[in-house]
Amino acid sequence: MEVTFRIKRYNPEMPGRDKPYWQEFTLTDVAEKDRVLELLHRIKWEQDGTLAMRRSCSHGICGSDAVRINGVNALACKLLVRDVGTKIQVEPILGLPVLKDLVVDMEPFFEHYRSIMPYMVNNDPLPADKRERLQSQADKDQITETTNCILCACCTTSCPSFWANGKYVGPAAIVQAHRFIFDTRDQITRERLGELAEPNGVWRCRTIYNCTPACPRGIQVTKAIGEVKLAIRKGATKNIVKVIEIHE
Amino acid sequence: MQTHRHEVVIVGAGGAGLMAALYASRGGADVAVVSKLYPTRSHTGAALGGIGAALGNLEEDSPLWHAYDTVKGGDYLADQDAARVLAYEAVDAVIELEHMGLPYDRTDAGRISQRRFGGHTSNFGEKPVRRACHSADRTGHMILQTLYQQCIKNNVRFFDEYHVIDLLVNEGRCAGVTAVSLATGEMHVFQAKATMFATGGWGRVWRITSNAHSLTGDGAAVVYRRGIPMQDMEFFQFHPTGLYGLGVLLTEGIRGEGGVLINGKGQRFMEKYAPRIKDLASRDVISRSIYLELRDGLGINGKDYVYLDIRPETVNRYLAEAGETRRIDNALVIKALAETLDLCRTYAGVDPLTEPMPIQPTAHYAMGGIPTNIDTEVVLDENWTVFPGLYAAGEVACVSCHGANRLGTNSLVDLVVFGRRGGMVMADYVKQADWVALPKDPTAEIEAEFKRLRTAKGKTRVAQLRQRMQATMMDNVGVFREGKNIATAVNDVQELYHSYRHDLSIDDRGYKFNTDLLEAWELGNLLELAHVTAVSAEARTESRGAHSREDYPNRDDATWMVHTLGLRCNDTPFPDEALKVELNHKKAVDTSLATEDPRFLPKERVY
Repeated sequence: MEVTFRIKRYNPEMPGRDKPYWQEFTLTDVAEKDRVLELLHRIKWEQDGTLAMRRSCSHGICGSDAVRINGVNALACKLLVRDVGTKIQVEPILGLPVLKDLVVDMEPFFEHYRSIMPYMVNNDPLPADKRERLQSQADKDQITETTNCILCACCTTSCPSFWANGKYVGPAAIVQAHRFIFDTRDQITRERLGELAEPNGVWRCRTIYNCTPACPRGIQVTKAIGEVKLAIRKGATKNIVKVIEIHE
Repeated sequence: MQTHRHEVVIVGAGGAGLMAALYASRGGADVAVVSKLYPTRSHTGAALGGIGAALGNLEEDSPLWHAYDTVKGGDYLADQDAARVLAYEAVDAVIELEHMGLPYDRTDAGRISQRRFGGHTSNFGEKPVRRACHSADRTGHMILQTLYQQCIKNNVRFFDEYHVIDLLVNEGRCAGVTAVSLATGEMHVFQAKATMFATGGWGRVWRITSNAHSLTGDGAAVVYRRGIPMQDMEFFQFHPTGLYGLGVLLTEGIRGEGGVLINGKGQRFMEKYAPRIKDLASRDVISRSIYLELRDGLGINGKDYVYLDIRPETVNRYLAEAGETRRIDNALVIKALAETLDLCRTYAGVDPLTEPMPIQPTAHYAMGGIPTNIDTEVVLDENWTVFPGLYAAGEVACVSCHGANRLGTNSLVDLVVFGRRGGMVMADYVKQADWVALPKDPTAEIEAEFKRLRTAKGKTRVAQLRQRMQATMMDNVGVFREGKNIATAVNDVQELYHSYRHDLSIDDRGYKFNTDLLEAWELGNLLELAHVTAVSAEARTESRGAHSREDYPNRDDATWMVHTLGLRCNDTPFPDEALKVELNHKKAVDTSLATEDPRFLPKERVY
């Protein structure tokens, strides 16, 4: 089968190419089960080596190759031709500065991630038997979904609130915060909720819902954000999980 | 050119690099981590099924049994001092990850849950044991995230998307590294008292691989060019269960939960090859068994793959046959193997709950690499001479705790155990060590090589050369090998290297995010490692672990209880002429456990 690509290009070093422009490529011998990433590789390897993109694992776990495919954010390695059809438009994810072709500056995204104190804080002495802290499987299951986040930025860069205001921490950072807020072992719930109640925290989310279908890991992003909002509204009590249960 | 100065520079930000960074910084050292990827992109994140540690949370277990399984799994080529460290320190390391916040699955008692994995047994091989601690089937992802989180908490300095391209050596000591910034193409010199390589493996040498595109052996090749030998390169693991055609890994945890391998006749063929622990035998054993089935025409519909079946009806039938009381259901599979379901549905259009998964062996893990002692110090020869200031840990290192074949889960153990040791050792070392002066004009040679690549005007594309290398290595230095085939691969690699030097073409002549140029550079690294791998494989005239010679089918302990050291002997790092390597077979395997306990003496390996 033949597939036509329309790729948004930009190369700040090349006179004539230093403004964004679209370029078309045609590939033949394409199979339905080929990944979009494989086809981008074929373009780079067979036709135009200057095409710049990020990628690594090629099976949806490293989070390098988030791009906008036919207008929707996705990992290029997780979409197959049978999912997207034979006319494929690829552009960089929105809301972050484009550095070259499909490569964007990820620094603002990781800055937001770092701002939510993305690490567990537990100041209790370690168990006397030098073993693990105990946690029930049910308690662990409360964070199973949000610990699935791979920081690919598909959600954050699909969010119109983030496009409008880059200071908004964005869905990915909130998902990562959720993972600690609802971890029974973490002890700074109040501080975490306090930070996220600030003007550039969760209240910038207008429940537009773009983030959830954008997530390549199947995380219910909007729901996770909602749980954090609710926890803030109910007040940052230590046993935050109970508060959610009562509400439900 | 910019120059940076940090007491400790760690190259690579996967599990080993981050663990080392954490411990070196906790030890008071000024640490920088330099990686060609954002840390969360590292391939540790792709590890699935679990991390082995004899916690004994669900049944009796002991680190000594773990050490035994490791030594036996490694077909007695593992250095037993390293296997001992691995097994004993695993317990603390796994618990420490929990303290850092790692979300393990839990037992009914709230302890870390454990599952079975290939080659892990109780009481010296008696029966499978639940030793693999897990977070569903994305344990590596959780380890990588947890360690990155801790590094952020400890204010570790990161240089993300800086690709290390040269080792700086002065008067027989390591002075640091040179890196190129992906964003600008500019050279950066990192001066360090202690430099650690934790850059992972080189699965991209082979056509079918579970490894990320980025696993091109950069760290290994960089130090190899500067005179550090490569140890045991002939031992490269082919994981039995790669998704057919793609090589994407399906975790051994599937078999840990009861999954079975089935041939074209519907037979559970591992009963034939490993009567005692069947589908939970070591990876090398299972990969060979699959190849033998395929050779006998027993693939599915005559093709070159077999089935891996986790459908509860199949698994429960075999559990009942074996007299086990345990049963599985869809809910358990969905929970314990979520990642597996997603991979199969996305890429193969197969739902493992209703259909078996098509699998074939896939190039997975380098047992060989940069030789180190158990303190992660790089050693140069059979006398364990330390190269001051240079360290290695994780897959790029050959310590050698895995010997001729690594057990499942032991890669993650290796990362955290030896990453941690390395971090502590380096923190101590930099307190007393002086700075090593940078060599004169430190970037001259590497800049010349990058200029050559950037302006290459030949006719052969990088991708063409890479594909040819991957094909010859897959066909000739794969699961089964034979002298004349390996010789073909050596010749092919030399020819490809010749084209690489004299006929390469490049499209992108720029500096910013020039991934065309970097792929060319990475291909140079792959060719170096393919060469020393094939030459090492040709010389080892026996079959041991992952190195299986059809012309020498038996293990030969009288001759081959030694490591291979491959020392590159070209005069320059970037020669125009053929690649040259000299082999040394004088480095004996450490057998310290066997001296205390005869059960660790080499014997025939049956499962």
